[in-house]
Amino acid sequence: MSLNSNIPSGPMGMKWSKHKQDSKLINPKNKRKFTVLVVGSGLAGSSAAATLSELGYKVKCFCFQDSARRAHSIAAQGGINAAKNYQNDGDSVHRLFYDTVKGGDFRAREANVHRLAEVSVNIIDQCVAQGVPFAREYGGMLANRSFGGAQVSRTFYARGQTGQQLLLGAYSALNKEIASGGVKMYPRTEMLDLVTVDGHAKGIVTRDLVTGKIESHAGDAVLLCTGGYGNVFYLSTNAMGCNVTATWRAHRKGAFFANPCYTQIHPTCIPVSGDYQSKLTLMSESLRNDGRVWVPKKKEDCGKAPDQIPEADRDYYLERKYPSFGNLAPRDISSRAAKEACDDGRGVGPGGRGVYLDFAEAIGQFGAKTIAERYGNLFDMYERITGESAYKRPMRIYPAVHYTMGGLWVDYNLMSNLPGLHVLGEANFSDHGANRLGASALMQGLADGYFVIPTTIANYLVNEKPGSITTEHPEFKKAVENCTAQTKRFLNIKGKRSVDSFHRELGLLVWDKCGMARTKEGLTEAINRIPALREEFWQNVNVPGSGDFTNPELEKAGRVADFMEFAELLCLDARHREESCGGHFRSEHQYPDGEAKRDDENFSYAAAWEYTGNLSQPILNKEPLAFEEVHLAVRSYK
Amino acid sequence: MSQLNLHLKVWRQNGSQPGHFQDIDAPDIPDHASFLEMMDIINERLISKGEDPVAFDHDCREGICGACSMQINGVPHGPAKATTTCQLHMRKFRTGDTIWVEPFRARAFPVLKDLMIDRGAFDRIQQAGGFVTVRTGAPQDANALPIGKEVADAAMDAAECIGCGACVAACKNASAMLFVSAKAGQLNSLPQGQPEKDRRTLGMVRQMDKEGFGNCTNQYECEAACPKEISVRWITKLNRDYAVASLKDALGNSPKEAGGGD
Repeated sequence: MSLNSNIPSGPMGMKWSKHKQDSKLINPKNKRKFTVLVVGSGLAGSSAAATLSELGYKVKCFCFQDSARRAHSIAAQGGINAAKNYQNDGDSVHRLFYDTVKGGDFRAREANVHRLAEVSVNIIDQCVAQGVPFAREYGGMLANRSFGGAQVSRTFYARGQTGQQLLLGAYSALNKEIASGGVKMYPRTEMLDLVTVDGHAKGIVTRDLVTGKIESHAGDAVLLCTGGYGNVFYLSTNAMGCNVTATWRAHRKGAFFANPCYTQIHPTCIPVSGDYQSKLTLMSESLRNDGRVWVPKKKEDCGKAPDQIPEADRDYYLERKYPSFGNLAPRDISSRAAKEACDDGRGVGPGGRGVYLDFAEAIGQFGAKTIAERYGNLFDMYERITGESAYKRPMRIYPAVHYTMGGLWVDYNLMSNLPGLHVLGEANFSDHGANRLGASALMQGLADGYFVIPTTIANYLVNEKPGSITTEHPEFKKAVENCTAQTKRFLNIKGKRSVDSFHRELGLLVWDKCGMARTKEGLTEAINRIPALREEFWQNVNVPGSGDFTNPELEKAGRVADFMEFAELLCLDARHREESCGGHFRSEHQYPDGEAKRDDENFSYAAAWEYTGNLSQPILNKEPLAFEEVHLAVRSYK
Repeated sequence: MSQLNLHLKVWRQNGSQPGHFQDIDAPDIPDHASFLEMMDIINERLISKGEDPVAFDHDCREGICGACSMQINGVPHGPAKATTTCQLHMRKFRTGDTIWVEPFRARAFPVLKDLMIDRGAFDRIQQAGGFVTVRTGAPQDANALPIGKEVADAAMDAAECIGCGACVAACKNASAMLFVSAKAGQLNSLPQGQPEKDRRTLGMVRQMDKEGFGNCTNQYECEAACPKEISVRWITKLNRDYAVASLKDALGNSPKEAGGGD
């Protein structure tokens, strides 16, 4: 099938203006006849639901958390990028666009990225007007910092909790619309399936997580704002509830899943301490502004206390390998370098999977007080978790899965190949290519929700008759029956193993074979082993309790069942992409110095996978990527 | 790393039925585990014995989503200062300890199952005015409105609230004043929040009363229990803002009558 990305014609800098001009309008009286279902209440979902309601659409918004405010966007620490150039340091829309395309290792769609950079400035205006308390200077102007490999200071932040503050802003806009009656909110409600009628997305089936009731909701369009699939690795920095179910169910109904192998590993997380571990905690990347990363030069020093290792015996490997970026090298590069050091037997801490992030020099230079002002909350968090003080000894850090660039394929209107199904934020594939730059996730979630979808959704709705499909349609009945049957099936297995034990096993396998470095051989092994694990899951999982009441084990079972299927596609995509780019590193494809080797001739496309009913044999559709503005180049940070 | 042998007394309850404490032995708990990881281990063991695992709310497990909500040995979020349940680690306990685990208790937070409660009241309070009425796309340039660093920092202090409800659980009257004052205070102290200040204050306080939260008697248990260390000074500010808004309301200058026509 050929994919039409619907990129507007004209010069890059004019495409979005032109598209806004050419987009359809729906008159205010008619807007209120349309119902839009928004699944997810993070930055993308809350901002979209609020803005669509402001415009006059009827909105239903769903989240599995007990409050919209708890969606996982809340946990983002570092900041949000915007091309404001308030620092007069040479930033511009073009430079943010360029950095994002290059940072994505030339695997993103240029037109989308340019739009993202353009609307970035509006996001900051919007958030400030809502009362988001960004950091400020004494003169009352907004403060900025340089972040995650950028050479300009374009990151806006609110202490170490920018995500919470932006989400609370979007949530307040959502509350305003709930109060006005424009949005009906469904907390503790999980989407179990997408309902399509004649190929169009016309509704969803949900489970009320308190009463267990399975219900149908009809709408004229469906927006999935359901985040990423990082929890396929079991251990990640994602919240425990993050899952692939909504996007995977949509995939099974025909939506193409693009570039699942682009997964981001964040370099600065607290290392694993034992097999009881339920999640990994990220330490903000901003720590790398003052911390120096090192491991012992000699393997035999790894067991020594760090202050017993003299300077001469330390390998500050990022500074050595990337002199111009040093400790601020981009995420994928820093992560792989940490893995290499540990693979080389020079890792520190339990299991040898850790490297030091050392603040001794910064404390010597600026004083402990200044460092506490900058990172106090992070140092406290580190001490709570590890029992060690980073003021006295270097932190131990190790990379962990953090974000997923892949997601459902969407066109320029953020609509998937299924008409009516729109996908926003981390759940789609469009803006970050093979690697996302720091402080760009928040930007994309809010860009999609506040500024893109409110314009582009009309291009779909204008041709639809509002309310034409109701929950009486046989497709709803069928979907409800399927979901009810799945619940019964889980409860009747009565096997020997818990849901978590399967999730853990799947996660370890995927992390091992499809984590920071991948090989054809390892991926093939994973692809062979996943179906057997899936089979065992369906034979031997133990889901206690009943379907008609609160049952967290049942919720987890549904999510893990979908991860079991998705994991195979993830590995198939990683095996098919015979190149290294961004977060996807194939050990077979590297330069002699260990740098990622892209293959632009053969792989300059987005891989959009089509479900066939056979999980092992999806169909590959390709959207070729053309680079008009940014010239393809080796992504070097030396 | 060492292992702890613990004994738990865990609150079990199904919906509106009466609840009870269940005795659960918890041997061999790694002291590096978090409190919720300890609960995971216990649940694995219960499941393998064919028993009903303990239901509890949790999500981010890094102290920011505000989902976790356990009363541990009578203290919301347990013994560590400025720490959510998910960030509490078992090294704070000693082998042989008996630990009481209950849900946050308040009439306005009904128990759903075991340690899970319904905090929908917090959402409804914010829907009653916890926002600035501004349309997407309408604002001016962000730097056109200078806000002094002190004002911005103070607003940020209030904005750190994670909406967990520990303040309510700590209060003998189950008052929500710390939460409401932080939420209203953030916006009431910023220039963006001025036009709707009275309407917001009255709306949120009235909704708080309607939800069945108790009155504040200035004993500051809320501040001591708050994982984000929100200051009770916000309550002072809310009382002041409320007095002004009520007076205007009583004098007939009701915010409800404000607003223009098209």
